[in-house]
Amino acid sequence: MSDTPFVDIRHAAKSFGALEVLKDINLTVERGQIVAIIGPSGSGKSTLLRAINELDPLTSGEVWLEGVQINKKLPHRQYEKHVNQVRQDIGMVFQHFNLFPHLSVRDNITLAPKMLKGMSTADANKLAEEQLANVGLSDKIDVFPSRLSGGQKQRVAIARALAMKPKVMLFDEATSALDPELVEEVNLVMKKLAEQHMTMIIVTHEMDFAASVCDRVLFMDQGVVVEEGPPSVIFQNPKEERTKNFLRKHLSR
Amino acid sequence: MDIDLILRVYPFFIEAAVVTLQLSVLTCLLGLACGTLGASMRLSRLAPLRWIAAGYVSVFRGTPALIQIFLLYFGGPQIGIQLDAFAAGTIALGVNIGAYMTETIRGAIVSVDRGQTEASRTLGMSKGQTMRKVILPQAARMMIRPLGVNINALIKGTALVAPISVIELTYTAQRFIGSTYKPFEMFLIAGILYMIIIYAAGQGIKWLDRRAQIV
Amino acid sequence: MGLDFTVIPEYFDVLLLGMAWTVAITIGAGLLSFFGGIVFGVIALYGHWTIRLPFRLFAWLFMGTPLLLQLFLIYFGLIQIGIDLPAFVAGVIGLGLHFAVYNSELIQASILAVDKGQYEGARTLGLSSGQTLRRIVIPQAVQAVVPPMGNNMIALLKDSALVSVIGVAELTLASQQAISRTYRPFEFYIAAAACYYVINLCLEAVLRRLERRIAAQR
Repeated sequence: MSDTPFVDIRHAAKSFGALEVLKDINLTVERGQIVAIIGPSGSGKSTLLRAINELDPLTSGEVWLEGVQINKKLPHRQYEKHVNQVRQDIGMVFQHFNLFPHLSVRDNITLAPKMLKGMSTADANKLAEEQLANVGLSDKIDVFPSRLSGGQKQRVAIARALAMKPKVMLFDEATSALDPELVEEVNLVMKKLAEQHMTMIIVTHEMDFAASVCDRVLFMDQGVVVEEGPPSVIFQNPKEERTKNFLRKHLSR
Repeated sequence: MDIDLILRVYPFFIEAAVVTLQLSVLTCLLGLACGTLGASMRLSRLAPLRWIAAGYVSVFRGTPALIQIFLLYFGGPQIGIQLDAFAAGTIALGVNIGAYMTETIRGAIVSVDRGQTEASRTLGMSKGQTMRKVILPQAARMMIRPLGVNINALIKGTALVAPISVIELTYTAQRFIGSTYKPFEMFLIAGILYMIIIYAAGQGIKWLDRRAQIV
Repeated sequence: MGLDFTVIPEYFDVLLLGMAWTVAITIGAGLLSFFGGIVFGVIALYGHWTIRLPFRLFAWLFMGTPLLLQLFLIYFGLIQIGIDLPAFVAGVIGLGLHFAVYNSELIQASILAVDKGQYEGARTLGLSSGQTLRRIVIPQAVQAVVPPMGNNMIALLKDSALVSVIGVAELTLASQQAISRTYRPFEFYIAAAACYYVINLCLEAVLRRLERRIAAQR
């Protein structure tokens, strides 16, 4: 157990035609670890995150979760089945929430557990209530997404992902689309998750949040991991020139 | 498929297509006249004119065109209007499509930005001048495509005069289906001729639309 | 011969029965056009090319020719290949298929307009592409398409008059029956028009309520 990492990305590379967006990236994440990926836009950080659950499949390289290879080469039909299975173990939260507008908050949360895990309606409803309580939105259970603020939408999106009892959570700039005054409520939910020892990989622009919550920080630029280490080192004492430049711009805000 | 039969009957269909074409052109012209009149009444300052136009649109769009054709052709003589089938069909269809065109034309005029009116009026132009010189030229461009949709519908709509025995494409197809028992072949000949007319009309609309954008 | 509308009450039951048939055929063909439109739309977008190509040809033929011509084809064509359907059924099929083709165009555009994030959100949860289409994409596409489909439904109601020519005893044919006995076409076509107008108003009211209910959710 201890010699196989929880999340293991090996020699990940991706290119669109001649454009290389990821170049030979290696990353391991231990169970319960919280990793932040920072870097300028176009650095490949979102692409890396989206490769973990096969939304943007890699051109080459391997992604493993708990000893199971996610991006296995399989015949189309088997591949689809396999990917749908492993995605149930990987929660993802998007910048633009991607809640289903035609479903109530309750149905947004219960859809996948009922459909994919065969959960009964009663159990799924109970699960939805628990998850909503967890993100502090119990009173919104029968509301449609259009009636929620951005921060509330994102909290529901987190509850929806958690309802699948994922092994790892991916956050793709979860607070970037929010008005500044709504960022904190989402950060609080994420901090709470951290305290519950959820394994998380977080792509973010918020250096303060990364510094206070994460165990490790990766700085990416132009498709490579330039530097990584504990937040104290990366933020206070970076070695690489590129990291320093980036942080100078982003910490002075 | 019975090619021999098709070759024997197609001259009748060509003649019928000419009738369909005549119906389409006349209906279109009458429709445009009714539509222009209807739209100007709907935008009039005088409330009764607006009401009449709104009633016209509502009644003619709210009831089947077939009933309107029957009413004029069969019911007309009772109130002293004696028309042959072609005339009755053309008038009924034209007035019917005019109700749709009223809404199309009105919609285009209304969609011209309010700022255009305000700008013209501040320059000292009268309401009429604003309408003629500023609003209508812009609206005219915008209404070409939606009017094209109306025209497409009216060409297919000319089939509705078949039940009052105007010898156009659908009537001819129906007659030949009855005498030859070859519905598919007859459908195909008539269908192709309809599509040629519709295609030609579509090209005309496209040509107008392009020209209007350059001007 | 002057006008005499007093003959109409005598044929009230005939007109009422005709109205009932008109409503029935509108509902039947409406349902067929709705579900058929969705199925056709999905086929046109995702079907194998061996299905997609014939379908495109079929759609092209149906959009380019008059409904009346299509009704003749279906009614007499079915008889020719040995299927003698009741006129009502043939009418429902003809009207329904005709409008299903128009609805499928709407659905296609609407499916393509569903945000990419919706696919990603669903796929991330582990839904298969088929499940995503059925549970996430199509419901949203259908909701978005209710107002224009409503317009098609109103057109369908009025075009239901055309099935009188293949012998469906709906409102138009019912008024013709009354006319053949009274020789009063003007009065009865006015009465029929009034009946259609009333059904139309009801249908518009129903559609508006439906739109409002959907809008309230979004």
